Amino acid sequence: MVNRILKAPDGPPSDVERIKEESNYLRGTLAESMLEPISSGIPDDDNRLMKHHGSYLQDNRDLRNERQKKKLEPAYQFMLRLRLPGGVATPAQWLVMDELARKNGNGTLKLTTRMTFQMHGILKWNMKKTIQEIHASLLDTIAACGDVNRNVMCNPNPYQSEIHSEVYEWSKRLSDYLLPRTRAYHELWLDEEKVAATPEVEEVEPMYGPLYLPRKFKIGIAVPPSNDIDVFSQDLGFIAIIEDGKLVGFNVAIGGGMGMSHGDKTTYPQLARVIGFCRPDQILDLAEKVITIQRDYGNRSKRKNARFKYTVDRLGLETVKAELENRLGWSLEVEKPFHFNDNGDRYGWVQGVQGNWHYTLFIEGGRIADFDNYKLKTGLREIAKIHTGDFRLTANQNLIIANISSEKKKEISELMEHYGLTDGKHHSALRRSSMACVALPTCGLAMAEAERYLPVLIDKIEAIVDENGLRNEEITIRMTGCPNGCARHALGEIGFIGKAPGKYNMYLGAAFDGSRLSKMYRENIGEEEILSELRVLLSSYAKDRQEGEHFGDFVIRTGVVKEVTDGTNFHD
Amino acid sequence: MKLQVTNSPFTQEQADLLNRLLPTFSESQKVWLSGYLAASQHVSVPGASEAAEVQFPSEQTISKEVTILYGSQTGNAQGVAETGGKMLEGRGFQVNVLSMNDFKPNQIKKIQNLLIVVSTHGEGDPPDNALSFHEFLHGKRAPKLEELRFSVLSLGDSSYEHFCQTGKEFDQALEELGGTRLYPRVDCDLDYDEPAAEWFEGVLGGLNEPQRGNAAPSQATVPQTGETEYSRTNPFHAEILETINLNGRGSNKETTHLELSLEESGLTFEPGDSLGIYPENDPSLVELLLEEMNWDPEEIVTVNKQGDVRSLKEALISSFEITVLTKPLLEKAAHLSENKELRELLSPGSEERLKEYLEGRDLLDLLRDFGPWGVSPQEFISILRKMPARLYSIASSLSANPDEVHLTIGALRYESHGRERKGVCSILCAERLQPGDTLPVFIQHNQNFKLPKNPDTPIIMVGPGTGIAPFRSFLQEREEMGAEGKSWLFFGDQHFVSDFLYQTEWQKWLKNGVLTKMDVAFSRDTSEKIYVQHRMLEHSKELFEWLQEGAVFYVCGDEKKMAHDVHSTLLEIIEKEGNMSREKAEDYLAGMQQQKRYQRDVY
Repeated sequence: MVNRILKAPDGPPSDVERIKEESNYLRGTLAESMLEPISSGIPDDDNRLMKHHGSYLQDNRDLRNERQKKKLEPAYQFMLRLRLPGGVATPAQWLVMDELARKNGNGTLKLTTRMTFQMHGILKWNMKKTIQEIHASLLDTIAACGDVNRNVMCNPNPYQSEIHSEVYEWSKRLSDYLLPRTRAYHELWLDEEKVAATPEVEEVEPMYGPLYLPRKFKIGIAVPPSNDIDVFSQDLGFIAIIEDGKLVGFNVAIGGGMGMSHGDKTTYPQLARVIGFCRPDQILDLAEKVITIQRDYGNRSKRKNARFKYTVDRLGLETVKAELENRLGWSLEVEKPFHFNDNGDRYGWVQGVQGNWHYTLFIEGGRIADFDNYKLKTGLREIAKIHTGDFRLTANQNLIIANISSEKKKEISELMEHYGLTDGKHHSALRRSSMACVALPTCGLAMAEAERYLPVLIDKIEAIVDENGLRNEEITIRMTGCPNGCARHALGEIGFIGKAPGKYNMYLGAAFDGSRLSKMYRENIGEEEILSELRVLLSSYAKDRQEGEHFGDFVIRTGVVKEVTDGTNFHD
Repeated sequence: MKLQVTNSPFTQEQADLLNRLLPTFSESQKVWLSGYLAASQHVSVPGASEAAEVQFPSEQTISKEVTILYGSQTGNAQGVAETGGKMLEGRGFQVNVLSMNDFKPNQIKKIQNLLIVVSTHGEGDPPDNALSFHEFLHGKRAPKLEELRFSVLSLGDSSYEHFCQTGKEFDQALEELGGTRLYPRVDCDLDYDEPAAEWFEGVLGGLNEPQRGNAAPSQATVPQTGETEYSRTNPFHAEILETINLNGRGSNKETTHLELSLEESGLTFEPGDSLGIYPENDPSLVELLLEEMNWDPEEIVTVNKQGDVRSLKEALISSFEITVLTKPLLEKAAHLSENKELRELLSPGSEERLKEYLEGRDLLDLLRDFGPWGVSPQEFISILRKMPARLYSIASSLSANPDEVHLTIGALRYESHGRERKGVCSILCAERLQPGDTLPVFIQHNQNFKLPKNPDTPIIMVGPGTGIAPFRSFLQEREEMGAEGKSWLFFGDQHFVSDFLYQTEWQKWLKNGVLTKMDVAFSRDTSEKIYVQHRMLEHSKELFEWLQEGAVFYVCGDEKKMAHDVHSTLLEIIEKEGNMSREKAEDYLAGMQQQKRYQRDVY
């Protein structure tokens, strides 16, 4: 039996394991903590559990020191993240989100890099009402964070409509199938009565068990030729295989993930590797078995090494595949050929096969807000009021107004024009290929700015781009405030990870189609150095590149950085 | 009474020491001490020459108490501190491991062995929970630490320019304050486990070496200012140590937390007492007055019967009241002006109009409305009232903060008759005072607002807004005393996020049990306005039980709006929970008042 050979790493369980164990299936003391009136925060243990309900406590870090002086606790507030498989929301749901952000949040919405909504700035006393209103709109926040399967991503590609709707259905089914079964969410937020008798342990969480997973788990489905969802960054990635216009199945890739810790070489970004092919009707079973392998053999002692990628690398890809087939009782077929062009979005108008129209808007940093001269949030609200199709949040933090009927196209175009909503063509291609995580002031992990700073940095990079005639050259550029990698920095042709206020590690050399990791080029540098490095690199790229050569490939060919062939040599 | 060689059996040195010590005692501490001395009379009384050494043991001792303070951003320093702490405990030390945030800086003088484990954050900055302690040690209030033995372990990341900067700063600051190193500082890079363990071993060696006896305990020098008795008539010029606006961003309010030094003043107080301040008028208002009258600011005037002189401008700023109008003032002014309207306003039958006029107007209005004024500045100022002192309930305890007094002052600003008006003292404190400035102050004792003598007696405190001030003093005092009695605080203001005055302090006291219960009401956070009395009603049963157990009930703050409502709510609770008629309930409350169990400090 394979099971006898395989072992989870030794070592005492991490603190989070204890918290989960004592939580009675994610309840903990959340009910009391949320009512406690002297602090707008909640205890750390409850916050760990809160994540599984799609939220966690943050504070406005801009105000932290000032408030400490004033003898006030930090400006605690909750971030609330939705579960939105495939990133699809109806206009009615859009309006609810818009209103909740205004009423209970900080007035803005963030479109995340995993195709969902995030709201910031919700006070403790408003959390329950907010979740209830979300529930009433037929959405929820279950498992949007925490040690469970997260929001399932799926290519939102609207031009191959039939394939898309089929793939999207699978992403929804995966999301539902892999949900935690505990009633804690319904009891805590939706006032569901507690069941009197506690059912047997196995019945509560048949798949996860009482400890859930060692760490978060991410699934995404890509539809070639677009790798917009960065399928290789997923713990479990599916690559749709289309033959004769029909979905025949998926190539299966396992063991990807972006996160790492500064200064700890046992942590590294890794790409998922394709291990075979399965039919569509097999993917629920397959996902479940992959998750149970991680449940049983993942590292529950060190959270830094707890992601599935480390389990795969420790046990070996072939061993994991054998264990998977053993658990499945059937074997994967040989992988099918596929080809990716890029991991970005296609902007502007496109007509789908059924005659409906789709428009991809450029949303810088994924932030939906009303800015001084740009009433983005209002414009989208007005569109949502008349739109009969749907909205699709992309993996690059952009937004597709999808399935616009021919009758509505004129009206919606006029609204877009009125509010200045565009495909961003007036920006450089580099800016339109940019991505930033939230970082400061709300993210507790951030070591440096990201969303607030990247646009400013790009202003300056654009000057260099223009000097070198590269304005229409798509170069992916990604910035994260910490090494956890929400903006998938290691798959950006130019990547930045925050180290300290104003200081970043700079990475180069990822592939344009998301199939190769980047390499550290400079450590702990500030804006001036970033710009002077890019000035040299971009001008030599403009002069010496080969026909059609992407920047990520160029820096490797010319030896600026060494090629990363596997996450395990990321630090070499 | 001050002890002197002539009126006591003590030597000069003893008397000086006692005079320094006694005023810092609370009533309960004095009671405890007298009992302690009486009970230990069979023990030989230490000789005079040893008296000072009671405080500073000069024997070669090994102190077994170790305090480890950590400043941690990500939890690494905390982990190291806790692990090392356990190791030292295993070797027989009494170890106290604390976040720097949870450590009261003024306790540092009581510590003999201090270990610091601190990381460096960002560009050489201290971690958040080390900020205040770091600031304290580098500030003007950092005490001399000649008795302290210390060592510092710094965590950092050498890829940063300011590697282990915070640890280095703590190390240097402690040295500069007179501390002795137990063991040299160790700066750790990302792989800190080994060097940290080595450091703890080194520290252990240092701890086991006998303490360096402070051979000649510094002679307790007693300030020779004891002769001056500061009082209302002879106020002490107290230096401002700190001013903080307690309200967060977005607040409609501005509440100044003011910390003043009473060092060398000889002034003492107890919780419940007030501080009197002689403020200065707003110079810009004085400017307007001078312009209006076309007076020379530098003209010398006599300001009192003693014949003290100063410039007119100075006199208007600091000697006289210029922001309030009274009938007697208008009557005197009427003799200095030909203005008919003024006379009419003062004539019989115009009382209502006069009252209306006086409200919300100041001297500038009077001068503008009823000229022309054919008088000299000297003539004019002689009709003005002397600058009155403002009284504020003291917000600190002398035993918790020796030589300091803290106040909580709400800034008063409003518009009236087309001009923005400002509270004289509150705006002085909010806008113009800086640390280092001084204010003339005196202590106003208040025997009607005192903690119960018995530290076990439960107390209920109702103090919305700045009414919270004396209760901060109460809890500081009770914490210092180690009082065991239950305590329950009701606080209210407009918004939770911005107006929860001293929030982190109440949280700390709730956590360590000094405060048993707290209920809050934030009137503008909800659609219906919720006030403290509503919270009292919600807990009426328990509140009455506390009263039945003998709790003392305190109210501080606004009289008209708040104290009245709290009073009638209290009656309602007694009536309802005690099954009493209204009359009986009133008797019950009157009885509490007689027993000093219902005390109010309202304004």
